[in-house]
Amino acid sequence: MENLVQIALQNVNMAAILPSLVLTCFGMGLLLINVFLPRGTTRHAVWISVIGLVVTGFFVYTGWGNPQYGFNDAVANDNYTAFFSVIFLFAAGLTILMSDDYLTREGYPVSEYYPLILFATAGAMWMASGTDMLTIFLGLEVMSIALYVLAGFFRGQLRSNEAGLKYFLLGAFSTGFLLYGIALIYGVTGSTKLTEIGIYLNAHGSLLENPMTLAGLVLLSTGFLFKIAAAPFHMWTPDVYEGAPTPVTAFMSAGPKAAAFAAFLRIMEYCFFSLKPEWTAMLWVIAVLTMVIGNVIAIQQTNLKRMLAYSSIAHAGYALVGLVAANEIGYSGILFYMLAYTFMNIGAFAVLVLAGKKGEDNLTLEGFSGFGLKRPFLGVAMTVFLFSLMGLPPTAGFAGKFYIFAGAVKAGYIWLAVIGVLNSAVSLYYYLRIMVYMYFRDAEEDYAWVSLPAAAVISIVIALIGVFYLGIIPGDVMEMAKMAIF
Amino acid sequence: MYDKLWLIPFFPLLGAIINGLLGKRFIKNEKVIGAIGTGMLFLSFLVSCKYFIQLLGDSVKSHQNVIASWMSVGKLQVDWGFLLDPLSALMIMVVTGVGTLIHLYSIGYMHGEEGFYRYFSYLNLFVFSMLMLVLGNNALVMFVGWEGVGLCSYLLIGYYFEKKSAGDAAKKAFVMNRVGDFGFLLGLFTLFWALGSHGVWTINFVEITENAHLLSGDMILGASVTTVATLCFFLGATGKSAQLPLFTWLPDAMEGPTPVSALIHAATMVTAGVYMIGRMNILFAMSPTTMFVVALVGALTAIFAATIGFAQNDIKRVLAYSTVSQLGFMFVAMGVGAFTAGIFHLMTHAFFKACLFLGSGSVIHAMHHALHHAHLDDDAQDMRNMGGLRKKMPITWATFGISCLAISGLPFFSGFFSKDEILWWAFASTRGNKVIWVIVVVAAFMTAFYMFRCLYMTFYGEQKTNPKAKDHVHESPWVITLPLVVLAGLATVGGLIGIPHAIDIAHVGNKLNAFLAPVFHHSQELYKIEAHGSASTEIILMVFSVAIALAGIGFATVMYMKDPSLPGKFTAKFPTLHRVVFNKWYVDEIYDTLFVNSTKKLGIFCWKGFDVKVVDGIVNGIAKLVGALSSVLRYTQSGLFTNYALTMVLGTVVMLAIFILN
Repeated sequence: MENLVQIALQNVNMAAILPSLVLTCFGMGLLLINVFLPRGTTRHAVWISVIGLVVTGFFVYTGWGNPQYGFNDAVANDNYTAFFSVIFLFAAGLTILMSDDYLTREGYPVSEYYPLILFATAGAMWMASGTDMLTIFLGLEVMSIALYVLAGFFRGQLRSNEAGLKYFLLGAFSTGFLLYGIALIYGVTGSTKLTEIGIYLNAHGSLLENPMTLAGLVLLSTGFLFKIAAAPFHMWTPDVYEGAPTPVTAFMSAGPKAAAFAAFLRIMEYCFFSLKPEWTAMLWVIAVLTMVIGNVIAIQQTNLKRMLAYSSIAHAGYALVGLVAANEIGYSGILFYMLAYTFMNIGAFAVLVLAGKKGEDNLTLEGFSGFGLKRPFLGVAMTVFLFSLMGLPPTAGFAGKFYIFAGAVKAGYIWLAVIGVLNSAVSLYYYLRIMVYMYFRDAEEDYAWVSLPAAAVISIVIALIGVFYLGIIPGDVMEMAKMAIF
Repeated sequence: MYDKLWLIPFFPLLGAIINGLLGKRFIKNEKVIGAIGTGMLFLSFLVSCKYFIQLLGDSVKSHQNVIASWMSVGKLQVDWGFLLDPLSALMIMVVTGVGTLIHLYSIGYMHGEEGFYRYFSYLNLFVFSMLMLVLGNNALVMFVGWEGVGLCSYLLIGYYFEKKSAGDAAKKAFVMNRVGDFGFLLGLFTLFWALGSHGVWTINFVEITENAHLLSGDMILGASVTTVATLCFFLGATGKSAQLPLFTWLPDAMEGPTPVSALIHAATMVTAGVYMIGRMNILFAMSPTTMFVVALVGALTAIFAATIGFAQNDIKRVLAYSTVSQLGFMFVAMGVGAFTAGIFHLMTHAFFKACLFLGSGSVIHAMHHALHHAHLDDDAQDMRNMGGLRKKMPITWATFGISCLAISGLPFFSGFFSKDEILWWAFASTRGNKVIWVIVVVAAFMTAFYMFRCLYMTFYGEQKTNPKAKDHVHESPWVITLPLVVLAGLATVGGLIGIPHAIDIAHVGNKLNAFLAPVFHHSQELYKIEAHGSASTEIILMVFSVAIALAGIGFATVMYMKDPSLPGKFTAKFPTLHRVVFNKWYVDEIYDTLFVNSTKKLGIFCWKGFDVKVVDGIVNGIAKLVGALSSVLRYTQSGLFTNYALTMVLGTVVMLAIFILN
């Protein structure tokens, strides 16, 4: 008995989970503090959360270049984890900064909102750091459960309720696929550890043709493609993104999506490298389908949240192109793209948060008429974010797309790159429409309700800096992304 | 010492930032805003002059100035870097020089407009982007400029955004340009991949030129790699430089303020496609197929746009179609391997077309004020409301007239030299083609005709302006006329740097040819592109082309200048003849029937029929198709949870099926 305890303890290495541990402590501490403060006071929660994120960021930073493994190789705090953690932390930070006045405006100044975001972030970090199927699954569930609650956070609003419930039901459904996939793979290889699975499959070539292996791979993929919002598993996205509180939508479109990519990429590379030709062929189809469906349906949308939801589907498709390329540039391109996307997409959502009236019924194309001239700062910021989403230089979106498509070209997928470029040409249409309404339509309103709370402005400015930094000197970050991949 | 090249684009950027950020709240004063905008560009012009002179005296003709590393992908290293060689040196002189004059002009023209600061900020930003495009030492920096000029053009076309037509025109320009940009990117990918397959990962222009020979013999999609890549690049050029079939945005772009039309839609941005071909001339030289396509598209555009020019009454639209037509000439030059001539025509065209546009702006400005003064709603741009303005606006008239002579190619105005060299190469080059030569000659004839028609309708004959406004038409202030005079001067003498060998009696030599030789001679020699023929042939052709121009002018004179005193004298003496003379020898009628009407009809057909129906039809058709697909796909988004779940299951099953079947 004593022996067993010792073995277990030997393999515990707290340094491997230090950043997420710190973040969880902040989240729980915040919950406790909330008990002692009157309902409706939320400002403290914003700043405590931000401090928590910064402190976590510090620990992530110290972990760079110093990989730690723990819990019997179930968790790895390596550069890969660190890079993704930075993405999650930025996503959470930008979201939290834009939330405070929004929650008050919409009538839900509830401070439990912030710990939920911190928990979701911690879950995302576990997904990125997991080197065992079960750790990844654990992280996924921690993240998802927090998100289910956040999506339905406005309990008095029908739309928010619908979003929460739909996300929960479909999320649970997809989790079923994922678990079944894990079970099948365990059945074939007798392990849940990623490296062991990979080695076992590589050593037993016959297993690669075994239907059980293939079914396991497909079911696993379904689970992650659902979270990534890739077609045809994307259908929850528009409904949930539209109904959820806008900052939550912003967060979901960046953080959790990146987390799913983190886990998916690690699993594919660690476990299924022997099946690479097969799964790249499968993902080729998925990537094309996702880009086309996202962009084409977005054209018809007049509700901006919904439009950005479809746009986020399309962007998942671009990132999948990097996975199909399956080479150094493609993989590091995904890491880069996720960071770039975090800045540009959350930035765009932050503008929507500030532009909305209570109830947000005005977040339509028509409702944005003349917005750019009446509210020049937000107008210019939105323009920059839209340009980045379109992929025009010198913004982050351009550099990101450039890396990913360059990776595809290098791997010989010329047509995939062509389809990608064509799709970004289509996407211009709907992004451009927003700008046309913002600048070339007469303002019907004076947008007097739009205020510029300091925290939200900080959030937008950080996003702007990020978009330009990654666009003008992407080299440094790209170098780090290269050091982060395996 | 070329390490301060970055100053050239930096100044306009600074101007754009200052006016953009501080213009509305803090500076406010129009004079200060105008002075900052113009002054910054003038500084940039001075720096350009310094480097230009320095380059003239330097034996090494290609200098790069790398500021910072931008990104690296594998072995590919992309820098924020600039390249100064004779080609870019000439371009920066044109861009900053003509740009400064147009900025100066804008101070007068835009006086009192709402958003004056915004205008100057955009205009400076445009020049910055254009300079990035021209100076970039690799294709990506060029692409940044390429996108930037598109964006600024879009913003400036839509400057009067309260007008719906302006917003629509801006959108059209942007979308059409993007079609072109898509071609540019595809070309870049192809080139990048093709060079990469030889282990050369680069998009630096100097390195591309050095390594281009590796690509000979490479095939892709059943054609040579260079052909595919250059055709893609050429698609980009047709969008930006308004060639068939992507030209329809340019006439619509006239919705923007007139100085913008002069700077962006005549002198600089629209020539970017020509410049790009010049920059990558080695790749084009390697593909005779692409060169032929370039020449053919250019020639067809030249004649097609000229016919449309016949049917227009809006002064700016005439000039717009004329620009499209002249750009066609430049592409013909590039296509037949006369790279120097193409760049030469680009430069002379920048002078006389900028002058013409600014002259039309001066007229519109005066008309607008007069009509406004008299509280009339007449169209200030319709030539049928003008006429007889020669006396009222003598400087505008003189400069406009000089530019008309230049564009028609009368000796020894600038257009004569550049156009003549293009015609000569089309005729005699190893990549030339007699059919193309004939088309271009006809286009040259038409050019002379419609430009003089425009001149006569505007400045000669009876003034047809509403009597109430008639006397309020005055000459414009000096900020407007000074640029006109300078540009007219350049339009007159600017051609002397490129005197063709055949008529070079004083043996001054073709300065431009010698200057640009380091950029173009390599590929011309390597791929045996040359114009050969005797000097006498060249002179005969030259005389012929002058005769053609004179004929065009003559026809215009007969048709649009009627001497009203002659018929009176004849009437008494020769009553029979009188009837004939009264009816102007029936020439008007004959011409009307034979030429004007039928050509007008052709023009109208080309404009209404082809342009509107076919081209717009295709563009709208694609938009509708995507839209329809979009509505169908939207039905799948039923909102029902069970449907979503079912789709997921089906998706998984299909994925599994693909796997197992494989």
